[in-house]
Amino acid sequence: MDLMLSYMQGWPGWVQVMLISVAKIVLILIPLLLAVAYTTYAERKLIGYMQIRIGPNRVGPRGWLQPIADAFKLLLKEAAIPTNANRYLFQLAPVISITAALAAWAVIPISDTLVLANIDASLLYILALTSMGVYGVIIAGWASNSKYAFLGAMRSAAQIVAYEIAMGFALVGVLMVAGSLNLGDVVRGQQGSVLDWYIWPLFPLFLVYFISGVAETNRAPFDVAEGESELVAGFHVEYSGMPFAVFFLAEYANIILISALTAIMFLGGWHAPINTPFTIVPPGLWFIGKAAFVLFFFLWFRATFPRYRYDQIMRLGWKVFIPVTLVWIGVLGFFMFFTPFGHMFH
Amino acid sequence: MNTRVRQLFRSFLLWELLKGLQVTGRHLFARKITVQYPEEKTPKSPRFRGLHALRRYPNGEERCIACKLCEAVCPAAAITIESEEREDGTRRTTRYDIDLFKCIYCGFCEEACPVDSIVETHIHEFHFENRGENIITKEQLLAIGDQYEAEIAAARSADAPYR
Repeated sequence: MDLMLSYMQGWPGWVQVMLISVAKIVLILIPLLLAVAYTTYAERKLIGYMQIRIGPNRVGPRGWLQPIADAFKLLLKEAAIPTNANRYLFQLAPVISITAALAAWAVIPISDTLVLANIDASLLYILALTSMGVYGVIIAGWASNSKYAFLGAMRSAAQIVAYEIAMGFALVGVLMVAGSLNLGDVVRGQQGSVLDWYIWPLFPLFLVYFISGVAETNRAPFDVAEGESELVAGFHVEYSGMPFAVFFLAEYANIILISALTAIMFLGGWHAPINTPFTIVPPGLWFIGKAAFVLFFFLWFRATFPRYRYDQIMRLGWKVFIPVTLVWIGVLGFFMFFTPFGHMFH
Repeated sequence: MNTRVRQLFRSFLLWELLKGLQVTGRHLFARKITVQYPEEKTPKSPRFRGLHALRRYPNGEERCIACKLCEAVCPAAAITIESEEREDGTRRTTRYDIDLFKCIYCGFCEEACPVDSIVETHIHEFHFENRGENIITKEQLLAIGDQYEAEIAAARSADAPYR
């Protein structure tokens, strides 16, 4: 960054700001896309291992080049557009999905100083953008003009809307404890050791948030929107080639985003679990490690749980999670303001 | 009442979900059973029924006497046989075709054969590159038999006690 600044001395200010921003975006995006590629690899390998198979191992040593090969294959495939599809919306939908999935990364604090946009309402921004993603899904399902795609999109939309609420309530708990909407401040509030992380006072909310996150990203066991056995692939049946790859990227970027947010809001972000020996590891690595740990659970869930029935998903969202979060927010408020334990949360 | 309370606690503590995660978590470290096919192969039974072959006697005489029992028993009608009298007065086939697209590899031809002439070998990795190659002729069958006679005989003798 400093090298860039010294090189650009004398250039107009707006050019400098723009170039720095672009450099930061590239610095975040490239590792993110690589992470997405290797999440697919990790997923296939891990699910394989859990099914006592060995997973992909043919492309490159131990299959390490498999995601690269997949990406090339998808790039070379024809992006077919169905005759009766709405061409404009059909091509717009993956763009909306990926935009929402990637833009949310702007406010993720990787370490104390490394954040693209340190805005005060970053939590609100995240909530807004993750709910934007559902438009991509609905538009894709609608524009495909196919009953499977449409059914998948409707299911997906209903599910995302239902779990958005539980997720939002879970985050209200985080806001109460942290007293700030800024993700950086949320992490700073968890300074200290493992015991200062928000996962302990907010444990039920942590569970609700994480499970809602799984549902929000349409992952197993909440993947009725894709439902291979009934809807073929859900909202993106009609997509092929690069548009399909873009949906895929968006889905995995969202999964990594939810993992990162869980790490930030409940697992102390970039803070080391115990102060003295572990602070040698750079804070960014702690954050990435925690996000990867949460991500592992996404893959583990997929290997373990059978798909929920549609009405069960709705029941869980509306009749279990929302009451649980509301009760816990009440309990939390009571503890914070009417008992001497209130200081624990500040 | 008691069981309902217990059930409530179990569902809120995600008891069964954790059990499930434990099972898959254990399998993560289990020994993998994948057989990496072209390099590794599973053992095959001596009764394995693959590509067909026509056998010969040790003196080089072909076994087949054109009795057409195999043609008659074949449920897929995959075998076509034509025969005539040879100079020495014995009956021999002039044509013995098997359509491998029709064949269902049931092994009835082998069971029906009174002279153990038509057999199914352990070969299962074969393919055709042109139309018509799926019909294999008497010459090809005899050639396969000549090439794999040792293995065919070994498989027959290994299975003999159970016949």
